[in-house]
Amino acid sequence: MHSSDHSAHHPALAHHFHDLHQQKDATWLAMWVFLATEIMFFGGLFLAYVVYRSSYPEAFAMASNRLNVPMGLGNTFVLILSSFTMAMSVYSAQVGKKGGTIVAWLILTLLLGSTFLVVKTFEYREKFEHHLVPGRHFDFYSHWEGHESAASHEGASASHETANKTSHEASASHEGASGKTKGVREVQIFFGLYFAMTGLHAFHMIIGAGLLIWLIVLALKGKFSAEYNSPVELVGLYWHFVDIVWIFLFPLLYLLGRHYHS
Amino acid sequence: MSEQHSEHHIVSPKVYGTILVALLICTVLTYYVAGIDLGIFNNFVALGIAVFKATLVILFFMHMYYSTRLLWIVVAGSFFWLALMLLITLGDYVTRSWDIQHRIFF
Repeated sequence: MHSSDHSAHHPALAHHFHDLHQQKDATWLAMWVFLATEIMFFGGLFLAYVVYRSSYPEAFAMASNRLNVPMGLGNTFVLILSSFTMAMSVYSAQVGKKGGTIVAWLILTLLLGSTFLVVKTFEYREKFEHHLVPGRHFDFYSHWEGHESAASHEGASASHETANKTSHEASASHEGASGKTKGVREVQIFFGLYFAMTGLHAFHMIIGAGLLIWLIVLALKGKFSAEYNSPVELVGLYWHFVDIVWIFLFPLLYLLGRHYHS
Repeated sequence: MSEQHSEHHIVSPKVYGTILVALLICTVLTYYVAGIDLGIFNNFVALGIAVFKATLVILFFMHMYYSTRLLWIVVAGSFFWLALMLLITLGDYVTRSWDIQHRIFF
């Protein structure tokens, strides 16, 4: 029907679409269907979080207070800013700005995304140093008498072993748990979820950074115009989705115990 | 079929800037409110602000405000499935276990 006049086609128009508008609608629909699967993907982790937090509210509040709030807050600002620069990349592409303008906004987005990941790296490193990674070396109390003294505990590993052991036994028997040794097992569940959720989120950020580099290459080659810029728009949708995930992760993981003192 | 194609609206930098400022203010707000003990309402406020921020991002950064009805159905549908998963599972957990008291509102 519409396959007759090939010479009039925009080079970016695929043959099975009537026009660029229809093509654009179809790509946006496809991207949102993919994002629907992503919502369910992260949704499973959020569900696990809600179930375990409703089971062990005190342990979760205590554990949450060991996260680095300034870094989390700073990263929230960085990510929101990167969503803005991504939106500006989309705008530049849609109004048909020259490749240089699109590239500038994309590079800014890439830099902000990388900043987020670098800060996240330092946060993870801190968790390893504080023995807050779930598993054999998990040790909630020995490395925490307030922030400063954590490092000075390095030498006393023998006492850690015993302290850790008693805490495990105490949490296993549940009833006999008292004072500082209470709920160590439950606290590990929080950190397990922390690493799973922020890890999956960071993995999405890394993929997003790769997509941005791909867009920068295309923009430098002058592939985008006011008529054709779907790759920029769709990566934009993905980037904003990852931002939304963090908008929920930040209060749920970092801030939940801030009004809880014990 | 052309009546089904929306004119693709280009969102202006002014709108993007306004949303950016709103998101930054909400982030500061959620940080300060978390430090005040409101009992169970801490959760409602924190989640309320997060949902509001997510809505702003979806409507304007992700252009939903200007999108076709078909896209609205897909987005609403995806959140509907998420709600189904959360509500049915939580309904089970809240009503089943006798040894652990689940406190959904903490």
